[in-house]
Amino acid sequence: MTSMLKILSRPFVAKSSGDLARLGVIVALAGLILFGALRYDNFLSPFNILSFLRYNSMFALIALGMAFVIITGGIDLSVGGVAAMASVVAAYLSPYGWLPGLAGGMAAGLIAGSINGIIITRMRIQPFIATLAMMLAAYGTALLLANNQSVSVSYDTGFTTIGQDDFLGFPIPAWIAILAYVLGWVFLERHPAGRHVLAIGDGEATANLMGLKVEKTLFAVYALSGLLAGLAGVILASQFGAGQPTEGVGWELFAIASVVVGGTLLTGGSGSVGATLAGALLLAMVFNILNFENGLGWISLSAYWQSVIRGAFLLIVVVLQAKLMNKTEAN
Amino acid sequence: MLLSMQDISKAFSGVAALRSASLTIAEGEVMALVGQNGAGKSTLIKILTGAYQRDSGLIRFEGEDVVFSTPAQSQAKGIATIYQEINLAPQRSVAENIYLSREPKTRLGLLDRRAMREGAAAVLKTFNLDIDVDLPVVRFSAATRQMIAIARAVTQKARLVIMDEPTSSLDEREVSILFETIRTLKKNGVAVLFIGHRLDELYEICDRITIMRDGQTVAQSSMREMPKMELVRHMLGKELAAFEAIARDAGNDETKPVRLSVEGVGSGVRVRDVSLTVREGEISGIAGLLGAGRTETARIIFGVDRLEKGSISIDRKERSYTEPADAIADGIGLVSEDRKIDGIIPDMSIRENMTLALLPKLKKAGIVDRTRQQEIVARYIKALGVKCASPDQPIKELSGGNQQKVLLARWLCTDPRILIIDEPTRGIDIGAKAEILKLLRSLADEGLSVLMISSELEELLAAADRVTILSDGRSVAVLKRNELSETALLSAMAHQVN
Amino acid sequence: MTTIDTSAPTSRAARLNVAQFLGRYGTFSAFVLLLLFNVIVTPNFLSWQTLNVNLTQVATIVIVATGMTLVIATGGIDLSVGSLMAIAGAAAPMIFMGKLLPVDNTGILIILSFILPVLLVMAFGWFNGLLVTRFSIQPIVATLVLFIAGRGLAQVATNGNLQVFKNPDFQFIALGRIAGIPAQVIVMIIVAVLAHCLIRYTVIGRQIIAVGGNEKAARLTGIPVRRVKTFVYIVSGALAGIAGLIVVARNSASDANLVGLGMELDAIAAVAVGGSLLTGGKANILGTVLGAFVIQLVRYTLLANGVPDAAALIVKAGLIIVAVFIQQRAKA
Repeated sequence: MTSMLKILSRPFVAKSSGDLARLGVIVALAGLILFGALRYDNFLSPFNILSFLRYNSMFALIALGMAFVIITGGIDLSVGGVAAMASVVAAYLSPYGWLPGLAGGMAAGLIAGSINGIIITRMRIQPFIATLAMMLAAYGTALLLANNQSVSVSYDTGFTTIGQDDFLGFPIPAWIAILAYVLGWVFLERHPAGRHVLAIGDGEATANLMGLKVEKTLFAVYALSGLLAGLAGVILASQFGAGQPTEGVGWELFAIASVVVGGTLLTGGSGSVGATLAGALLLAMVFNILNFENGLGWISLSAYWQSVIRGAFLLIVVVLQAKLMNKTEAN
Repeated sequence: MLLSMQDISKAFSGVAALRSASLTIAEGEVMALVGQNGAGKSTLIKILTGAYQRDSGLIRFEGEDVVFSTPAQSQAKGIATIYQEINLAPQRSVAENIYLSREPKTRLGLLDRRAMREGAAAVLKTFNLDIDVDLPVVRFSAATRQMIAIARAVTQKARLVIMDEPTSSLDEREVSILFETIRTLKKNGVAVLFIGHRLDELYEICDRITIMRDGQTVAQSSMREMPKMELVRHMLGKELAAFEAIARDAGNDETKPVRLSVEGVGSGVRVRDVSLTVREGEISGIAGLLGAGRTETARIIFGVDRLEKGSISIDRKERSYTEPADAIADGIGLVSEDRKIDGIIPDMSIRENMTLALLPKLKKAGIVDRTRQQEIVARYIKALGVKCASPDQPIKELSGGNQQKVLLARWLCTDPRILIIDEPTRGIDIGAKAEILKLLRSLADEGLSVLMISSELEELLAAADRVTILSDGRSVAVLKRNELSETALLSAMAHQVN
Repeated sequence: MTTIDTSAPTSRAARLNVAQFLGRYGTFSAFVLLLLFNVIVTPNFLSWQTLNVNLTQVATIVIVATGMTLVIATGGIDLSVGSLMAIAGAAAPMIFMGKLLPVDNTGILIILSFILPVLLVMAFGWFNGLLVTRFSIQPIVATLVLFIAGRGLAQVATNGNLQVFKNPDFQFIALGRIAGIPAQVIVMIIVAVLAHCLIRYTVIGRQIIAVGGNEKAARLTGIPVRRVKTFVYIVSGALAGIAGLIVVARNSASDANLVGLGMELDAIAAVAVGGSLLTGGKANILGTVLGAFVIQLVRYTLLANGVPDAAALIVKAGLIIVAVFIQQRAKA
């Protein structure tokens, strides 16, 4: 009897596809850093590292929100538009102080995300349609508010500190992103509600039967994604000194690609905060390396290659995921 | 009594699913609940768990009258359900699955992962299961997953565990482990409602049995006082009179050439070793209890599921299809068991549903030959007596019997050599049943080979020239026409042949 | 176990009928109301000029949305159409300006500049279909790949530069007129009519609907599900290619950054507003045409009455949600 149980209890699928992909992204990131460090003189210079982190923190924040959404099996196409709208709101509020600017931008994002959540959970409209519409509405709102122009922020209230200054020798946006990722990690890995997000992505019907509050959780996830997009918008306005109603085009794709490259299954139920960060950094690094490569003058790869390369990354990861999934299903 | 459900009735849009059904379970008792598809078992359970609301009747649980309006409420009262498709989150760990929605927390409100791990390991240990509780449940076998689900129920302080066909995807070793678990539950005073079809298993593990048919409780007794034959008879019922009009072919069926021959076919755990033959112009039946592998055998022949072992020949040529399209090209048709899922395209018209398989032969330069299409459809509507407002009516508006006739016509118009028909009269009223069987008979008389899968005894007795009995994925007996009788069929199905 | 028919209880019937009515006639009513509103409120609405502007602006949306209707009918979606437009739009000028092929004959070059770009994007459409059918990747994700990379390819090929040209033969597709009707409008009508006939009268058309209506059952009737799905992505690619050619011809310039930007949204919106279910099994080409007109007319109405373009975006967003919501309710 005991030996029989031993046989039974042995796992029969060797590796999970998510673990493999997560390992892959970290290896790829390390490889890319090594490649850059060996090939270019200033690649590991403080200037390059800090400006890399300062600029890419926004994308990292959006990718974090997207990771939660995708873990539930959904998608949020509105993040770019929401960030643009939040940047405009933050710019308008920046004369009243950095806090109103920050809070206003985040509130704008939260509201947009909450509307997504309501449309998806109450009206039962597919996430991609609901958030696609929100993307339009957010751009529309941003352009309306901003009168089709960029809106200068106030330089007197300390608002620009958020995006431009350093704290302990490290860019503030990077601190914000690090904090968000730490909180995100604790939430997903250690908090019951975070585990519920994963369980819902594993199967909504099952989660319901197990007594989880599916609708509330889904709503919260979209609200969170909106909130983080709003925060990214605040950083955008602060870093570039203006609320930019036409910025953010394609951000959602960057975020989705980061999450997927980070090994999160698009079908939901699996995902990691750390690997999402690695995915975002990896994709941003591609762009950074392209810049250096052009600087060397050996080739002149235009910046346009980056979207091709991102697409290629996405393709490889998605095909690999599909193959692994089919294999697991066959078992 | 732990649970007593009395005179439960339930109708869906006017169609009765339960008519005054009853069920009682004592503490620490294992109660078997059996019945054919559509007998009302799942409706009864869904009413018990609060997924559906009863129209009338009384439910008492632990001595008080209860009304559950959601599954969460019944769970809170101590009723846990282990579904056929085990309801665990596959990618979450064993420990998480046991505690999901009731996680132990630290003072910070975070997960107390140690308490979870230790608690999970401890409860699994009571079932003699020593596994790494940090691994995702998807990595374990079906039997282990089932035990994890049971462990979850135990930690929820369940008083009654409902198990919906728990052994359907288990092999023999796993079944014995599951039964060990059930005995442990019993010892702790937990009652089990065991829904299953494998008779030997029922006799092994259950104390009492409730048999349902047509939404009613037709028998309730202790397991020991219910002989197998009696059990099967109760389940299958008897409506023979309606079919007496169907005349059997008088010719000597054993001299006709073999059209379809299936030898030792197997695929997965559902079909292990099935052999059968269908001769030209005969109706060959497949009988067996639910889960015996009947539908799966048909799917293998038709190229839907992969043939893993054995061989299939048609007119003495070996054939193996990877796509239904190949089988269709060879003159085979399949009318599936579940019209809604595998049969109709609900929003398309009768005309289109009927000619879907024929379309490739109905085209002139890629365009559907509408005149011929209409001709064919009109002919079959008339020949089969499909009652409809017009051929352009969406098929979803038709009654079950008329939908079935359209699906039958879908294949007949392709002029097949072999027609496989899975539960030809499922969900059809008695008058239409006889009509469809007569139709099959006359088609066979014209030379068509029919392979008819049926759960209804009287149907097989009335129409089949030969019946192959499947049990647990194996063909266990073949009854020729002169051997066919109610007793012979029943005893073969009750496993008293070999 | 038994699946039990849980039809809606009768108390909801009244509400459903409203939804069904709106689902069936809502788009048409909206179209008529918009026309009436404009006739009364918008100055100079009833003029050739207005008709011309609206028709030429709606033409490319209709063409792309027609392909999208077919894809959606199978239960899929094609997010890559905008990028494919950019690819075709970038390729055509390179061909007729002789940058790509060693051919001197301008006549041949013009013909090739119509054919090759469309063939090229059809290959990309086939690639989308391959991802969906062979690798079983969800259509949203599969077409996201080319949505990202496709525009990048067009930008790389043109180095992100504007290609300006003046080539009346090529530009006939957008600027030419046949019997006073703009050529692109004629292309639009041909595409819509052909697609309508494809869906209504051809074998593959009916198979498309069957696949979207019940894929399992479709496979069991011998329909080559993979081939049918691949076909719709190729058609969607081809139509996006044609639309891309029209856009660059109309602008006398090809800007890979802008050609077809946001077109996937307009196309999906037209399909949704036009009454085809986004879950598949229905392809109402005439509805899609009407849907595209409604979207165009809403935008025109707002602009002509001094409402900023940005507000039109918000209205469009609301329109999509309401249309999808009504479709779902009508189906339920």
